[in-house]
Amino acid sequence: MNSPLQANVLFQLGPVPITEAVITTWAIMVILILGSFLLARHLDTLPGKRQAILELIVATLDIQIRETSGAAPAPYRGFIGTLFLFILIANWSSLIPGITPPTAQLETDAALAILVFLSIIWFGISKGGVRGYFKSFAAPNLIMIPLNILESVTRIFSMFVRLFGNVMSGVFVIGIVASLAGLLVPIPLMALDLLTGLVQAYIFAVLAMVFITATVEESQPTVKDSPPASPPLEERES
Amino acid sequence: MDYLSLISIFSAAFAVAFGAIGPALAEGRAVAAAMDAIARQPEAANTISRTLFVGLAMIETTAIYCLVISLLLLFANPLLG
Repeated sequence: MNSPLQANVLFQLGPVPITEAVITTWAIMVILILGSFLLARHLDTLPGKRQAILELIVATLDIQIRETSGAAPAPYRGFIGTLFLFILIANWSSLIPGITPPTAQLETDAALAILVFLSIIWFGISKGGVRGYFKSFAAPNLIMIPLNILESVTRIFSMFVRLFGNVMSGVFVIGIVASLAGLLVPIPLMALDLLTGLVQAYIFAVLAMVFITATVEESQPTVKDSPPASPPLEERES
Repeated sequence: MDYLSLISIFSAAFAVAFGAIGPALAEGRAVAAAMDAIARQPEAANTISRTLFVGLAMIETTAIYCLVISLLLLFANPLLG
């Protein structure tokens, strides 16, 4: 049986080995970009069926982001929404025969988690300034600095191991059952896999949002030293 | 079969078997508490279930670490070469 930790190299492009997961990832990216471009081309103030469905998706994303973070969803909508849709489509791509979802490879999940890590830094610095971002490591007090630095790495690690473990174990179990019991037996397991894929995509997006919100809130100036309608941090301190 | 691979297979099964007990009990308690809370306050069901999902994901991580350890033992064991 193939090891789930090994990537299946299809061909070499110069010095770069191209694996199956890379091709599936690029196919999903093309589908997402082309689909959103074609679907959002003719937007109208009086929405038709297509636009109503699109608006439903965006509004649901907005509600979830607002309820998780308690902030306006506009700055986060693009990143969190794309994360959710990409992971969802990647998880469900196992429905097409012969395709293993790219999220069942450790590398794809690691790349997504590193994106989340970088976006935490980005949103932390852009909302609270560089000083505010570094101050967020000293919350609630100075003793917590090593633990906070450790946590910022381990939570990213646990994030991608979680996604990898869930998706890969689904694919693995279906493979074992199909090889033991025959063609139609793993269908209920595949239905369960659809639910797992949806829940994991949701959890990945929500956790990314929770981590970003935590950093942004801790990097804001505390209530007692900021005026009620506070101007941005850089202007106030210069 | 040499004893190192025997031990690896045994400890892979051991890790999954005993590593699943704690998270299973913890998830059971979490879901029971969430059910209780939803029964008391049905209007807060959305918030409770969202928090429940995130919490379950956190709890589940320990079980998944065990799964990863057993996969490492089975497929990427450094001792077997």
